[in-house]
Amino acid sequence: MTTPVASFINIGERTNVTGSAKFRKLITNGDYSAALDVAREQVESGAQILDVNMDEGLLDSEHAMVTFLNLMAAEPDIARVPVMVDSSKWEVIEAGLKCVQGKPIVNSISMKEGEEKFIEQARKVRRYGAAVVVMAFDEVGQADTFQRKIEICERAYRILVDQVGFPPEDIIFDPNVFAVATGIEEHNNYGVDFIEATKWIRQNLPHAHVSGGVSNLSFAFRGNEPVRAAMHSVFLFHAIKVGMDMGIVNAGALPVYDEIDPELRELCEDVILNRRADSTERMVDAAARFKGDGVAQQDNKKDMSWREKAVGERLTHSLVHGITEFIEQDTEEARQQAVRPLHVIEGPLMAGMNHVGDLFGAGKMFLPQVVKSARVMKQAVAYLQPYLEQEKREMGLVDKPAAGKILMATVKGDVHDIGKNIVGVVLQCNNYEVIDLGVMVSAQRILDEARKHDVDIIGLSGLITPSLDEMVHVAAEMEREGFSVPLMIGGATTSRVHTAVKIHPNYSRGQTVYVLDASRAVGVASALLSEEQRGPYIADIKTEYAKIAEAHLRGEQAKLRMPLADARANRLKLDWEGYEPPKPSFTGTRVYEDFDLADLVSVIDWTPFFQTWELKGRYPAILDDEKYGEAARNLFKDAQVMLQRMVGEKWLTAKAVVGLWPANTIGDDIALYGDEARTEEIGRLHTLRQQISRREGRERAHIALADYVAPAGTRPDWIGCFVVTTGIGEEVLAKRFEDAKDDYSSILAKALADRLAEAFAERMHQIVRKELWGYAADESASAEELILEQYRGIRPAPGYPAQPDHTEKDTLFRLLDVERSIGVTLTESRAMWPGSSVSGLYLAHPDSAYFGVGKVERDQVEDYARRKGWTVEEAERWLAPVLNYDPAILRSMSQAAE
Amino acid sequence: MTQFPHLHADGAEVLAALTKAAAARILILDGAMGTMIQRYKFSEADFRGERFAHWNHDLKGNNDLLILTRPDVVEAIHLEYFEAGSDMVETNTFSSTSIAQADYGMEALAYELNYEGARLAKNAAKRAEAKDGRRRFVAGAFGPTNRTASISPDVNNPGYRATTFDQLREAYADEARGLIDGGSDIMLVETIFDTLNAKAALMAIEEVFEEKGLRLPLMISGTITDLSGRTLSGQTPEAFWYSLRHASPFSIGLNCALGAKEMRGHIQSLAKVADTLVCAYPNAGLPNEFGLYDESPEAMAAMVGEFATAGLVNIVGGCCGSTPDHIAAIAKAVKGVKPRAIPAIETKLRLSGLEAFEFAA
Repeated sequence: MTTPVASFINIGERTNVTGSAKFRKLITNGDYSAALDVAREQVESGAQILDVNMDEGLLDSEHAMVTFLNLMAAEPDIARVPVMVDSSKWEVIEAGLKCVQGKPIVNSISMKEGEEKFIEQARKVRRYGAAVVVMAFDEVGQADTFQRKIEICERAYRILVDQVGFPPEDIIFDPNVFAVATGIEEHNNYGVDFIEATKWIRQNLPHAHVSGGVSNLSFAFRGNEPVRAAMHSVFLFHAIKVGMDMGIVNAGALPVYDEIDPELRELCEDVILNRRADSTERMVDAAARFKGDGVAQQDNKKDMSWREKAVGERLTHSLVHGITEFIEQDTEEARQQAVRPLHVIEGPLMAGMNHVGDLFGAGKMFLPQVVKSARVMKQAVAYLQPYLEQEKREMGLVDKPAAGKILMATVKGDVHDIGKNIVGVVLQCNNYEVIDLGVMVSAQRILDEARKHDVDIIGLSGLITPSLDEMVHVAAEMEREGFSVPLMIGGATTSRVHTAVKIHPNYSRGQTVYVLDASRAVGVASALLSEEQRGPYIADIKTEYAKIAEAHLRGEQAKLRMPLADARANRLKLDWEGYEPPKPSFTGTRVYEDFDLADLVSVIDWTPFFQTWELKGRYPAILDDEKYGEAARNLFKDAQVMLQRMVGEKWLTAKAVVGLWPANTIGDDIALYGDEARTEEIGRLHTLRQQISRREGRERAHIALADYVAPAGTRPDWIGCFVVTTGIGEEVLAKRFEDAKDDYSSILAKALADRLAEAFAERMHQIVRKELWGYAADESASAEELILEQYRGIRPAPGYPAQPDHTEKDTLFRLLDVERSIGVTLTESRAMWPGSSVSGLYLAHPDSAYFGVGKVERDQVEDYARRKGWTVEEAERWLAPVLNYDPAILRSMSQAAE
Repeated sequence: MTQFPHLHADGAEVLAALTKAAAARILILDGAMGTMIQRYKFSEADFRGERFAHWNHDLKGNNDLLILTRPDVVEAIHLEYFEAGSDMVETNTFSSTSIAQADYGMEALAYELNYEGARLAKNAAKRAEAKDGRRRFVAGAFGPTNRTASISPDVNNPGYRATTFDQLREAYADEARGLIDGGSDIMLVETIFDTLNAKAALMAIEEVFEEKGLRLPLMISGTITDLSGRTLSGQTPEAFWYSLRHASPFSIGLNCALGAKEMRGHIQSLAKVADTLVCAYPNAGLPNEFGLYDESPEAMAAMVGEFATAGLVNIVGGCCGSTPDHIAAIAKAVKGVKPRAIPAIETKLRLSGLEAFEFAA
């Protein structure tokens, strides 16, 4: 018979007009593109099936269903997952089925209108190749009691399997979730009826599944979300245990069963399992106490009842909730009870961290919470350290029970490490020993340390594009020196394609694996180190990378580029006759030694801050997000507290240097002059031109940054350069937190310093527009408009899409004398140190806009090398990420031709 | 329709005979019809024949029309394949839906084309059987049409569709009636680049079966259009199978677009998940720089033969570029090789979007 099922498919309601007010509004307004975004977000956040429902009285539901499904089909990242075609109207379902190439689920059919109609619809569902949800509904009505539920389901099952020939595994019963605790006595047993019916169906109707719309259950408690969520969680806990394996439920908002306030949980259980005659009364009485915002309530009330539990449970509670307040006290108590101090780590602490790992893996905890848990763990271990040392001295060696040793490093030339640090913490939480070599680590040092520590995996991280090449180099060195341990690759500019095409082929002795984000790191590491999983996992990766490489190669060949001469002929031709470039209030440089941090706080763009922590969504909406809201609010609160201290106690110093000079374009370059007469050229900025081959009829220009500056011989023009930093003091600060075993604060501080640097760049640009250059003296952009960059002029940065060449920073740094004026330096890969720094050019033309150069052809690379005084090979190295060809292949071909 | 007497095959008998043969050996399908027709270098006048001498569209290139204007040639090609070793041939009806024939203004001829196409192939089968006594089958071929039900032809309007499920279903129903009445033994839905088109075809076939009170074995064959490993409409081979498994086909497989070498991985994916027979008929390599297929019979047979020895296939043949020589070589290569055993697949709820989804239990 069917075994009880551990897994549960949750079907969201966000693309369901009856379940989501937001979606209903989008559809009734005909805003299908925003509606598609809702679907995309669902899939991105892990939805396995998309429920689409257009049952709204004012809508032409059939038309809306067809329109939306057809649009969805055109989006491969959405159409990836199966669809649930959901309607109470058969015509709408059938219209939907005619648009779906995959195998969907129909939700739902029933015997409401008799057997004949049921059979007819079931036959059709089968011919369309769909699975089906069958509601426990017959000619008499909806099944309410256990007996009615199982009678109807059995009858439907027999008809479907025996008469229609429907595969039993494609049948999903919905035995109707009804509201309990309504005050009407007949309703009291509805929860039990559903759960019992579920159990019976799973035991007696082979292969059939059970689903339900859970929100009906708590209808009596509308407006009291905490109570409703607790009821749903308790209900699912019991129903899933007996075999419910699918449900329409707002899972992100559900508390974990184990963590519901015990009093509330018991009240829920009394109601749902119908355990007491007065359960409804008691629930209603108590409900008001649990009402309100879950978070606020926690903060205000500070429920301390968990302090009364056994020490192991207290440790787990502290770990899960990231509470450091009692950790030393509890650790000490556990130590006194344990035979050896090591047993505290191996026992209750690891058990607690495993629980954290499980919750994270199940999407019930998020990164900031996990990092906080790690902080608690580290403090507990630090507390035990002297005892461990003592024992070591007395008893000899103590083995640390690690799942594996992982070496991590940000590669040479790169200084960015927030992501790497987060991955390190997550790995440590899962019992991996992490050896973190920090930033700017040379290949040789990585290899030496790896050998010295005999590590199981090497992890490389980097953020700027030259780091990609450095990673290839490290991989090749690993190959040359005979390494065979797996190599994990991560960081903002890395990608699956780059890993598959460039890094993987250089390291054949071991396996290279791309890791998308911190949440994947543990899965990858454990698969790589598990005896059973390793083989098949690596085989899968190899197949996947081979496919990617092949597809990439074909894609490369397909991308036609325009010859540079043609691209230049189609340059952006601005009207320099009719436009007089504004003259700045001064030329030369200006240094800001100590800019007021308080002035930057209001201009911070918070959305990327949440992205750093893998909380996906836009600020401020993310604070109310169903899934991430709680984690986001807590993180934001912590950030505000730290930011206040950062500003108030001047943890960081903000410095900037800005320069404005006469300039004119020569070809694709911009010449900068020391004088208005433009006789003394003090520097030349080189720019790259788009070479994308556009279809005929799409006559957009092929832009280079140089097009935004007046060509020599037309009119006098000017250009600006800048470097800002908020990173002075950053390293000391991070180190201070790390020494205090507080990774959470360390990462938080760096993430905030990064945000302040971006805010500073934005603020400085405003000062330039309004005062220093002064072409927009009357500008009155709000903070929001500033963040959205709704103003005249741009500030493109070398190394980014409009000018992908990082070495252009050399010219900036020389002209601005950056190192001497504000203490920022460049690494060999042209990363700025300290990391929380931003540089760029200022361009003032009203038509100037950000763009991406895209891939460039060899003709431009040769031309660019000439202009830069480089060899072609040097140019190819610096422009590697944007080359439209593989220099190695090109060279071997030309050699072969000779 | 007195001029079209019904020549219905006995579906149950065909299924039993096919099943028996497939249990004993790997079955052989035919090769390309188009490649063979090209050898005749027919002119516009040849295509028109007498009957369509004054038709108001250019007809050269309407290969299916040769069923009516050069039935002798079509039947002869079928016979060549049977003699080369094919157990079954496909009717020359790849484009014989009213939708595809609309390009020539010949929508109304759809039924007749299919009927005659099946009859010609059946004639060839009977002649071959008379010669050597071996049973031969006719697979009535349903092409994909020239429209897609789940892809918009207009990049600026992704929700637009040039055809609908119901339009396709009607056209395919017409085709099914012709193919069945003309005596086809098998219904073969092939070169599927959009699974929704195929779903419409399979529904139409089911409805015509019901209408005529009979049932013939079904074969289904998709097309992985490039090295991305997906159909044109974006599905993986597994997702493709889960989308069509409800039709309970006699075989599932792939044809066209790729050569045997490139097809192998995708056939392997199907062979792993399909609890029915697997059929593969690749092109004779990838087109060369002149757009021609130039893989030799020996080279192709070696690779298709390897499909067989690896236990991946039950039915093999050739698509674009393959000839009776290729088929003879393939038949030789798989002779005596044990056909793929149908794997026992655990009963589970399986769904698909562009990718496959498997439910825990």
